[in-house]
Amino acid sequence: MGEREKRDWIPLLLLLPTLIYLIAFLGYPLIETFILAFTSDQGALGNFKRLTATGEFWEALRNTLLITAVIVPLQLGFALMLALFINMKFKGYTFILYIISIPLALSDVSASLMSYTIFAPMGYLNKLLMNLHIIDRPIYFFGFTYQTREFWVIVLTEVWRATPLVFVIILAGLQAVNKEYLEAADIFGFSRWQKFTRIILPLLKPSILSALLIRTLFAFQIFGVVWLLAGRDIPILAGEAYYWQTEVNNSNVACTYGLVIALVSLIISWAYLTFLKPGHLEGEVTE
Amino acid sequence: MAEVKMVGLKKYFGAVRALDGIDLEIEDGKFVVLLGPSGCGKTTLLRCVSGLEKVTDGRVLFNEKDVTDLPPKSRNVSMVFQSYAVWPHMKVYDNIAYPMKIKKYDRAEIEKRVEWAARLLNIHELLDRYPAQLSGGQRQRVAVARAIVLEPAVLLMDEPLSNLDALLRVMMRSELKKLQERLGTTTIYVTHDQVEAMTMGDMIAVMNQGKLQQYGKPEEIYHKPANMFVAGFIGSPRMNFLNVEFMEEKGEYYLMSDIFRFPVGNEKVQELKRTNTKKFVFGIRPEDIHLEGEKEYSVEGEVYFTERLGADTILHVKVDKERLVAKLPGDVVLKEGERITIYMDPEKFHLFHPETEQAVI
Amino acid sequence: MRYRIKKALIVFASIMIALWFLTPVVLIVLASLTPSSEYYDPHKILPTKLTLDHLYKLFVVLDGWQATLNSLEVAGVAIGLSFLIGLPAGYALTRFVFKGKNFFRLLILLTRSFPALVMAVPLVVLYLKIGISDTLFGVALAHTSMILPFVVLITSSILAGISVEYEEAGMIFGLSRFQSFLKITLPLALPGLAASAIFAFIMSWNEVFVASVLTLINRTLPAHILNTAIASPDYFKFAAGTVMAVPAMVFIFFTRKYLVSMWGISLK
Repeated sequence: MGEREKRDWIPLLLLLPTLIYLIAFLGYPLIETFILAFTSDQGALGNFKRLTATGEFWEALRNTLLITAVIVPLQLGFALMLALFINMKFKGYTFILYIISIPLALSDVSASLMSYTIFAPMGYLNKLLMNLHIIDRPIYFFGFTYQTREFWVIVLTEVWRATPLVFVIILAGLQAVNKEYLEAADIFGFSRWQKFTRIILPLLKPSILSALLIRTLFAFQIFGVVWLLAGRDIPILAGEAYYWQTEVNNSNVACTYGLVIALVSLIISWAYLTFLKPGHLEGEVTE
Repeated sequence: MAEVKMVGLKKYFGAVRALDGIDLEIEDGKFVVLLGPSGCGKTTLLRCVSGLEKVTDGRVLFNEKDVTDLPPKSRNVSMVFQSYAVWPHMKVYDNIAYPMKIKKYDRAEIEKRVEWAARLLNIHELLDRYPAQLSGGQRQRVAVARAIVLEPAVLLMDEPLSNLDALLRVMMRSELKKLQERLGTTTIYVTHDQVEAMTMGDMIAVMNQGKLQQYGKPEEIYHKPANMFVAGFIGSPRMNFLNVEFMEEKGEYYLMSDIFRFPVGNEKVQELKRTNTKKFVFGIRPEDIHLEGEKEYSVEGEVYFTERLGADTILHVKVDKERLVAKLPGDVVLKEGERITIYMDPEKFHLFHPETEQAVI
Repeated sequence: MRYRIKKALIVFASIMIALWFLTPVVLIVLASLTPSSEYYDPHKILPTKLTLDHLYKLFVVLDGWQATLNSLEVAGVAIGLSFLIGLPAGYALTRFVFKGKNFFRLLILLTRSFPALVMAVPLVVLYLKIGISDTLFGVALAHTSMILPFVVLITSSILAGISVEYEEAGMIFGLSRFQSFLKITLPLALPGLAASAIFAFIMSWNEVFVASVLTLINRTLPAHILNTAIASPDYFKFAAGTVMAVPAMVFIFFTRKYLVSMWGISLK
């Protein structure tokens, strides 16, 4: 008996280092964030009062939500089309697959710099248009006065960079769809569109859901692209947290921003999981 | 070489009782087959003997030496796995030699033994290949060669033939059996295939739901099943079961069911009287039902349908509400709906206690 | 006829996709090699000659070289640590049945949605207390906590792909469990583990927020770029972007076989 009990400790022993590490580096900071956010010279809620009293916070919240709301559906749509295309498995599709996956390796920093290469005043786009005599002077995409243009460049950059992330999840889901389901649909005379909406899409729902969830969460934490391309022209939550931490040296307000992001992330996750749960996976019989 | 003894072996996975008290003694040099449906605990039992699985309770003894708490490597067992588990990153030679390398044999000895095992299994030509370059059957031979090269005390095999195609399976069946006879190694062989069990085993241990149902020679298992489970599991098609009542009328004894009333011979009467019940389950194998026989043991029925298998014809007969299956010669032709009389062999029927399901006769 | 139209459409779509995804990459590499005089000449779209000047300046004058070394050091330490800690956990998740296994798996998955910036700021305070503020080791520790959940999940999936019977055969034929893992399973898992190490490298190499918050002087390459780029001439930006992108792209080329499965896991 003693021998057996000892054996049960082996897996726990193997997991322990990971558990301790994650508690130390994720659990502890989480608690500390709470403490810092609720500590101020104006009482426990002082930081929150300070935050909500400034226009920047509301603007940052609005911008972050707006960016999220614009890029996530675009990424999902493009990714879905790309995945369906690649899944046709035409000759040479692995090469295209590799090209699509290139942005996976790129950081938000390099992606925004690539974007800058194109949209800078002396960037390739302006030079091209000027040489074609479509415009005389460069179009300015960056700067405080051109916030709307900045916004769309950011959107474009994020769509370019992160669509492959969604694509990979959906492609994996698509490849897991049993071919026989589609063959059965062929036998029963489904049209192409019916096959897509009645079979592929429902079976793809878990993949789409997890892609949506993960992209929304990350879009909500967007930082590098905005910071590099627009600075604080377009304030965002993560950017404000960064600003308060590194420029103002006020960890309390920075943590308050962090907490807001965490809180909204939590709400988003909960909402997705509650409202979009695929019915056919409930009460699944596992053998 | 070793005799293997299992005493009160129990293995629980959470609430699941994979092994629920197994007592089994295996004589030295015997080929023992663990037979049962999937999930009956036969593989778990094998793994407990190997040491890969720790037992919840009970003992495992090799030659009276308690090995229950020893790790696999210290038990002097070897094993042929279901997937063969021929290491893909080693050539065939290294696969067979590796167990000896671990045990620090000298080079010449290793070479000699690999040579011997490879010749025995007829894979001499393949020593320089990687497993990926071998067919399933060849990989299996490598796995067997690796398992016998060190002349283990106990050789364990976990459904080794289940991944081969039908023809190869029949061939390997007899080859493995001959190999074991030649080496004389105590062998425990797990399978769910009753034909494998009947043809290969010196002894068969039938298991169900974590319990040993019967341990005996193949012919004992077939002719004298210890209980309804064994009776139903061994044999194809399955044994016919009917509820019967033991009764007396004018000094004569009968077994009475909904569809027949069979007289019972005197020697059997004494045994039936000793039991605490009048109700029994009557069992007869399809191959013991014929189209001719003694009038007293016949029933009339209607042909429900037949399956013509070539060598045999499987007949399904409807007798009132009951359905009986008979195995007849292949040349018998019967029409559906035809009225026929079938005869049961009075020497061959079995009676089981309805509650304990144990065999009475 | 219909078949040929379909084929032509596929080729067209393939070209469009390739252009869409490759153009920015090609352009930034080109821009980083374009002499400043030609870059600021509005009449020249493509350069007539190429130069390594900008890359040289980035590395030597603007401390890019040191930042690159810093990045490599951080990634190296983070990969080493996270495999050291995470591999046993991945092994436990695949090879053992135990209570709380699903809970642990869920916990690991949940950490993936943990905002990095929630972690970063308190760590600044903590590092000040224990005296590792503004050190590369501190950044590596933070990156480890990001990479670790990925390593646990990916190693568990890689090990699950290697039949447990190989390892058990090792145990039957004379090895202990640990030896069998080391001598049988590990060599078989090596290609997959190498690929996941590369993925871990890319995660660390690309991470900018935590690195920027945790360091002031000892910055990793992306942190260095983030904090100097805005005030630097354009050519610096292009050179920096190229230096950031190229190693990551080369690495991903070597792991393309694992692309879909690994990113699938890392993102779930």
